[in-house]
Parts: sequence; C-alpha cells; structure tokens
Amino acid sequence: MTQDLLEVDGLKAYYQMNYFGVEREVRAVDDITMTIRKNEIYGIAGESSSGKTSLIRVLAAAIRPPMRIVAGSVKYDFKNGPMDVATASEAQIESVRWKHLSYIMQGSMSVLNPVRRIGKTFEDFAKRPLGLSGEAYRARVLNHLERLKLPASLLNAYPHELSGGMRQRVTIGLATVCHPEFVIADEPTTALDVVVQKEVLGLIREIQQDMGSSVVFVTHDMSVHANMADRVGIIYAGRLVEEGPTRQMFYAPKHPYTAHLVASLPRIGDTAQRPALEGRPPSLANPPSGCRFHPRCPLAIDKCKTEVPPLNNVANDHRSACWRWEDVKPLVAPQQPVMA
Amino acid sequence: MTTLLDVRNVSKRFTMGGLLSRRSVEAVQDASLSLSSERPEIFTIIGESGSGKTTLARMILGLERPSGGEISFRGKMVSQRVSRQERLEFMANVQPVFQNPFEAFNPLKEIDRYLESTAKRFLKLHRQDDIDGAMDGALQKVGLSLAEVKGRYPHEMSGGQLQRAAIARALIPNPPLLVADEPVSMVDASLRMSIVNLLRSLRDDFGVSVVYITHDLATAYYISNRLIIMQRGRIVEMGDARTVLDNPEHPYSRLLKASVLSTEDAGAGKLMTDPGMAALASERMERPGSLQSRPDGRLVRVCEEAR
Ligand SMILES: Nc1ncnc2c1ncn2[C@@H]1O[C@H](COP(=O)(O)OP(=O)(O)OP(=O)(O)O)[C@@H](O)[C@H]1O
Ligand SMILES: Nc1ncnc2c1ncn2[C@@H]1O[C@H](COP(=O)(O)OP(=O)(O)OP(=O)(O)O)[C@@H](O)[C@H]1O
Ligand code: SF4
Ligand SMILES: [Mg+2]
Ligand SMILES: [Mg+2]
Repeated sequence: MTQDLLEVDGLKAYYQMNYFGVEREVRAVDDITMTIRKNEIYGIAGESSSGKTSLIRVLAAAIRPPMRIVAGSVKYDFKNGPMDVATASEAQIESVRWKHLSYIMQGSMSVLNPVRRIGKTFEDFAKRPLGLSGEAYRARVLNHLERLKLPASLLNAYPHELSGGMRQRVTIGLATVCHPEFVIADEPTTALDVVVQKEVLGLIREIQQDMGSSVVFVTHDMSVHANMADRVGIIYAGRLVEEGPTRQMFYAPKHPYTAHLVASLPRIGDTAQRPALEGRPPSLANPPSGCRFHPRCPLAIDKCKTEVPPLNNVANDHRSACWRWEDVKPLVAPQQPVMA
Repeated sequence: MTTLLDVRNVSKRFTMGGLLSRRSVEAVQDASLSLSSERPEIFTIIGESGSGKTTLARMILGLERPSGGEISFRGKMVSQRVSRQERLEFMANVQPVFQNPFEAFNPLKEIDRYLESTAKRFLKLHRQDDIDGAMDGALQKVGLSLAEVKGRYPHEMSGGQLQRAAIARALIPNPPLLVADEPVSMVDASLRMSIVNLLRSLRDDFGVSVVYITHDLATAYYISNRLIIMQRGRIVEMGDARTVLDNPEHPYSRLLKASVLSTEDAGAGKLMTDPGMAALASERMERPGSLQSRPDGRLVRVCEEAR
C-alpha cells in the first residue's frame, strides 16, 4: 500500500470554445503535477480566476464541456480499486461518487434542488451508498445533522427557507454523510459566521481524522489555511507555483506570490492599506511567457521573461517554481521560530 | 438633518413547513437603525449565520414585507404598496449586491445582456453606444471591462469575476444607497481589499451610502463608520465600528471576535472555541432584554436581571 491516494501528473485541462467561428482556449489548468497523501488536509489558495475551481473540478471527475483534459493523468488509489479520471468511464465515476469521492462545489447551493425538501435530497444522495434503510438510515442522518449543529426539522424545509450559512452546512453534510475517502471542497465555509466557521472546520477535521480520509479544499481565506491545512499549494495563472507544509508557507515562503498573498491578509485593527499587486491579473487565454508572474514580480530578472521556472524541491517537502527562491523574504515576521 | 433610510422597530416572521409541522421563525425582531442623507456612511451588519441579516437587507430593498414596524427611504414608506413608477424610482435608488453571485445571475443569460437590461430599465438609454458606455464605465470601476465580459455566461466566469460583475451591475443607475450582502466573500485578499476600497471611494467620492453585510471583521473594521452585530434575529450591539470591535461588550460580540482565526499559529491547528464563552453568548439570548446606551455612544442588549 502506498502513502498516496491521488497522483496528478502533467495535467492540462482547457476550456475550448468556438464563438462564431473564432476559436478561444482558456488554459485554466496548465501542467500541474502534485500528489495528495492519505490522511492529510491539503489547502489550495491563489488569485481569483487562477484556475483553482477548474483544477478541483478535474480532481472531482466533474468535467463538463467546454472543459477537456488535454494531457496528463489523475490517478486515484481507492479502496475499491484504482481510477484515472482522464480515462474513467461514466459508470466507474458513478461507482465512487459520494462513497469514495465527494465534492462540495463553490456556491454550493446549486446542488440543492429548489423544489425538493432537504430530507428528499439527502435520500437521493445518501440512501443507496449508505446501504441503510428505515430507522437505521434516519438515525445516521439525524446524528450527522446534529454534529453540524443543524436541527432535525430542517429535513422538512425547502432550500429557500434556509439562510446561506445553513445551506452551506447542509451541503457539507451531504458530502460527508457517507464517510468518503476523499473529500473535495470549494470555499466550504465562506458563507458562515466566524463562530460557526470554526466549528464546521473543526468538524471537517474530526471526520477526516476519524476516517483517515484526505481532504482537498480551496479558499481565499488564508487564516483558514493556516489553521486547517497540513500542506498548502498556491496556484498562479493555471500553475502550481509553490507547495509545502503550512507553517513554512506562512513564515518562510519561497515564491514571491506566496509572500504577497500571506501578507495581504488584513487583521482587525488595521486601518492602513495593505500593499496591492501591481498590474492586472494574467489572461489564461494568452498567458505571459517564461514565469507567468514576471510582469508583476518585484524580484523579476531577464531570465524570468523567457524561461519557465520548474517546480523544484527547495527544502524538506517544500517545492517552489521560482528562479530566485533563495532571495524571497517573508513579508510577515514570524511570532515564533519556524519549526523544522 | 434628513434621513436617507429609516428602519423602525422592524420584525419579520416566516412560517414554514407543511400543514402538520407548521412552525414559525422570527427572522428579525424589533430592529431599528437610520442613515442620514448628509453624511454618507458604510453601515455594516455582522452576525450569526441565520440571524436575519439577509432578511433585513431584503426588507430594506423592498423585496420582503416586514411583519411589523416601518421602513422608509427619503421619507417615503418602502414597506407600503406603491405605484409601479414609484417602485421603479425606488429600485434605481437602492441597489442590491447579493451574497451568492452564482444565484444572482440567470445561468441562461449572458452577463452583458443582464447589465444591458439594467441600463435600459433605470437609465432609459436607447442608443447602443450609450448603453455600452454605461456598462463599460461600471465594469471599469470594478476592474473588469465590457470586452472581457461580452457574450459570456455566468458559469464561464470565476467566482471573483462574477462578484465584480454583480457590483458593476448595481452601480449602473448611480444609486445613493447600495445594499451589499457579503460582496467580498468569494474573492482573493488582494481583490477583497480593492473591492472594499471601491466601496470606500463610492462613499467618499460619490456620496454613496452602503449597507455592508459581512462575516469578515477585519474589512468591517477597515471601512465601516458604524456597525450592528446580530444574533438570532436581534441586534445585540450597535455603535461606532472601531469602538465596538476594539472592545466588544455583548457576550456574543466577544465570542465573535475571539473566534476570528489568525495566522499567528499557522500549522498548529487550533480550532477550539472557549466553551464558557459560547455558553454565555447563547444563554443570554434566552432571556428577555433590551438595548441600553453606554457613555461611549454604543447600544448593547442587556438582560433584565443583569442590568
Ligand atoms: N465553463 C467555462 N467556460 C469557459 N471558461 C471558463 C469556464 N469556467 C471557468 N472559466 C475560466 O477559467 C478561468 C479559471 O476559472 P476558475 O473558476 O477555475 O478560477 P478560480 O481560481 O476558481 O477563481 P475564483 O477564486 O474567483 O473562484 C477563468 O478565466 C474563467 O473565466
Ligand atoms: N423565505 C423564507 N422562508 C422561511 N424562512 C426563511 C426564509 N428566509 C429566511 N428564513 C429564515 O430566517 C432566518 C434568517 O435568515 P437570513 O437569510 O436572513 O439569515 P442571515 O443572517 O443572512 O444568514 P447567513 O449569514 O447564513 O446568510 C433563518 O432561520 C432562515 O431559515
Ligand atoms: S521566477 Fe522570476 S518572475 Fe517568477 S516569481 Fe521568481 S523571480 Fe519572480
Ligand atoms: Mg473558484
Ligand atoms: Mg445571508
């Protein structure tokens, strides 16, 4: 048995569109190689529209046109057998859905059918994979709702009768009630107040630890990554630019974009403006040459304009795609020394 | 001093469930606040998930009718039935930005068509050049452009792009009041600051008032003039944003501040809430109470016994 549950190799997934005879290609995932281990929480951060949702849509085997896998593989090692998303059949994907692999979409309310009561949606999703019926099924669902601090009466409600935060917890409930091996979540707690957010994050981690499952989640909230993730990966313009253990990413980043991201987090008490990045976000239809960050990078040198920096090991378990990683200075001073 | 918006003792009860399991929810209970016309401000609402923030916003927008109390805009009642013309005028003046951009847009309609219908409806523009100009102007304010958006459907945009497009749409009629329900929850920190700065410049440079609903205490601190904190349908604390956030008094406000995750302990995995604090915040809500004023100008909900 290996340590890894998912191996992504040279993945390219593009949106290919044709507008009135004009071909347009958005290279949302452009050559990503990464592995997700068993029993870990992996956080993904990055700029808006850098391709995070696109990447995890592929991981979740939820690929719909105009998106297409152009190259690479996405290999899972599930308990019921291996699966490569790039070549898997519909039936194969169906057989792992919810029980082995579950996906909480961004703006997740869309999985909730507006004219179906929450209880019915739970039955649609969970009854068959759980293999339970009658009282046993009901008890399992109620117990799960209770852990999510949701009242049982909610099963009779329609989605529009719930607040945004309640709906978000419902979708987390749907995604975890079958105890899957691999949970993928896109902004799972953005609609929650900070008190409930903390509880829900704690709950996701508790379920993850109980099950020894793997969780990959995307959020813009760097403080959530700081407290949830074992490892953090940073996406910029369709590429993984840095990846490493959480604490190192915050206090010893090895890529200038990560250093910027970590420092741009405002705190209560801040009234001064945080430094913003110069220039506009890159276009994924026509990305910059060489290092895609070069037009906005404070450390850029000539080489950066023409040569693509490879994602190399720079420290223990820590990879960076920057020619000048040794010169990157953290913009936030650590409160405590970095633990090796 | 004239008032722009006056919310007086407003409540909203929802009845839900079927015939057998009917029950009602007091989504908003006895909320009062007012914004002045002379001093545009950013008025922030923070609070528990499900505490009635969106419901209060929807009542201000005239999308939901209060079960009790009154809301008026520039002295005119919003909560009463009004003529079509009056309603259109009101809607041009009070524009919404909703919580979930994926829900705000019709998935089957191109983004620019949606913006275009707003421009036609509220600005009464007919020439395509004028319409395009109004759309592009609004999109530029949020860091997008008409060229980028044209012909694209909501699912073809990222969450952040969509949220910026939603703000641009609201800016088209040049409204004096914007009601923004979690406008920055789906964008990266850099963009978050630029949108928040945009709201601030709308206030400072164009005299637009903003009702800003958020879960993010840091941006609330950064831009708001005043704020209210809501718990279970009730306002539990109201006052100058920095006074309240620097030193919250109500147990729920304190719990809220204490629950904000920090990066200081990055990697340590601290997700525990102080159970004593949580119990205190929740126990207080069971008891009757009322808002009391404090010397520093804030209002705090105090339980009858504890006064
Ligand atoms: N169905 C689609 N068709 C065409 N282009 C798309 C589609 N979905 C996304 N895109 C484009 O792909 C790029 C990456 O989008 P994606 O949703 O992956 O970004 P993201 O990193 O998740 O951003 P955010 O943080 O704002 O959610 C964007 O330029 C977006 O406009
Ligand atoms: N149309 C409706 N019918 C029945 N109940 C409703 C309806 N809309 C809201 N509610 C209920 O009213 C309460 C307040 O909901 P609201 O959406 O205003 O909360 P919120 O403060 O915006 O929460 P969040 O931070 O999660 O968005 C909730 O208990 C919700 O279930
Ligand atoms: S490779 Fe060059 S441009 Fe890219 S991040 Fe490093 S220094 Fe900056
Ligand atoms: Mg996304
Ligand atoms: Mg809401």
